[in-house]
Amino acid sequence: MGNDANLVRRGTIASVILLVLFLAAWEWGPGLLNIPTFIVPPMSMVYKEFFRMWSVNNLAFHTGITAYEVLMGFALGSLLGAVIGYLLGTSPTAEFALSPYILALQIAPKVAFAPLFILWMGFTIYPKILVAILIVFFPVMVNVMTAVRGVDPDLINLARSFKASRSQIFWKIEFPASMPPFFAGLRIGSTLAVVGVVVGELVGGNSGLGYLLSFGEGQGNTAMVFVSIIMLTVVGGIAYLAVILLERRVLHYMPKRAMGGI
Amino acid sequence: MRFAGAKGSVFTAIEQVNIAVEDGEVVSLIGPSGCGKSTLLNIGAGLYAPSVGDAYVDGERVEGPNEHVAFMLQKDLLLPWRTIEQNVMLGTEIRKLDTAKSRQKARDLLAAFRLGEFAERYPHQLSGGMRQRAALARTLAVDPSVLLLDEPFSAVDAQTRIMLQHDLAQTLKNAKKTALLITHDLLEAVILSDRVLVMSRRPGRIIDEIRIDIPNREQPLQRRTDPKVAGYLSRLMEKLDIGYPAIDDQALKASA
Repeated sequence: MGNDANLVRRGTIASVILLVLFLAAWEWGPGLLNIPTFIVPPMSMVYKEFFRMWSVNNLAFHTGITAYEVLMGFALGSLLGAVIGYLLGTSPTAEFALSPYILALQIAPKVAFAPLFILWMGFTIYPKILVAILIVFFPVMVNVMTAVRGVDPDLINLARSFKASRSQIFWKIEFPASMPPFFAGLRIGSTLAVVGVVVGELVGGNSGLGYLLSFGEGQGNTAMVFVSIIMLTVVGGIAYLAVILLERRVLHYMPKRAMGGI
Repeated sequence: MRFAGAKGSVFTAIEQVNIAVEDGEVVSLIGPSGCGKSTLLNIGAGLYAPSVGDAYVDGERVEGPNEHVAFMLQKDLLLPWRTIEQNVMLGTEIRKLDTAKSRQKARDLLAAFRLGEFAERYPHQLSGGMRQRAALARTLAVDPSVLLLDEPFSAVDAQTRIMLQHDLAQTLKNAKKTALLITHDLLEAVILSDRVLVMSRRPGRIIDEIRIDIPNREQPLQRRTDPKVAGYLSRLMEKLDIGYPAIDDQALKASA
């Protein structure tokens, strides 16, 4: 325990030092190395740009739009992934019949569907959500399916010996057993949802951080691109954090070291 | 009992096995690896149907899993997301028995197995021996008349095993349970049972039956020291064709 506390303290100090060094290098590095501000704008410039965008470009609105799309895409994508994952995991026939199509769809680069969805649904939020759903779906589905099929057959036999019905086997054994891999899939999905949404916004539309990103690029405003990227990271970070917090609640029975830090 | 193998072949796991276990009797089944001991036990539990023949428990033909029988394996099979008490209550919960009564029963069993204070803990917080006692409590919680035990103690260390053997022997005697115990441990078979059955290599058949004529089946620690034990062990070793060194001593010396 003493060692753990020591590790946390030393790790935190090292982390903070690293952050200060990075920010200092960002602020003064470009000037010292004669890098023009339209290539790497220093930190203070990006900081000012943030407030300019907040008042002039309605940054809060665009961040909200992106966050909403990420949330919807992530929630619907994981729900769909989980449902199909449980279906394929419990039914070998369904898995056999559908696996070639699922594999094909998994190999296809999902972001390439963005222009297609915009053709279908116009410059609305829906094509962005749809790309996110598609991209979140796979890691969740694969993790859930593998988890359900990997349940120890002796556990199933134990439940059967107590005369468990098929639905009891699912709810008492298979479903809870699939929780750790399901959350591993959600962690991956939460970061991928941001990728899907941004690609959708970059391809077309006039709202969201992806739109501000390409707008800044068109203006030659590097600081604006920086601010957009930082805000996207913040949105993704919040989504990831939400998954971690939920995971800690649901998987509270797991030994601490098995939880894996970040 | 036959199984379909790969490429349409069929292999016979056990053949012409005819065993009967009396009410309240403890019978051990020993034999070489892969001789079909576990298959026999799975048939008894109703998990597999035999291709030829029948199994009967309490005079009823085994058609599938039934409430007379409960089994326990080498693995504790405790569910990591359930507390020890919730694990013990798994069977009663699946059978939809009265929750309050089952909880009381689970608590009584845990107390009897010196696990009372661990009821709210999770399996990973317990030692191997404690987990195996919890698994035994779960098996007993559904109040089966017959216990099928498949190498229940082979995964724990030698000292823990002696304690668990004692716990099992006491429980079987006090609760007047019938048990079929599969084990690789010849001494365990002798000290825990009324009778030992020896199976041959695959396809498994019963090749010997030894009645253990030592008193106090509920006291395996005491039975261990009985002079008759050595005789039973050597008979078992002879039947199982073990104890004849596979290494040629002379050749080994010559090579040194």
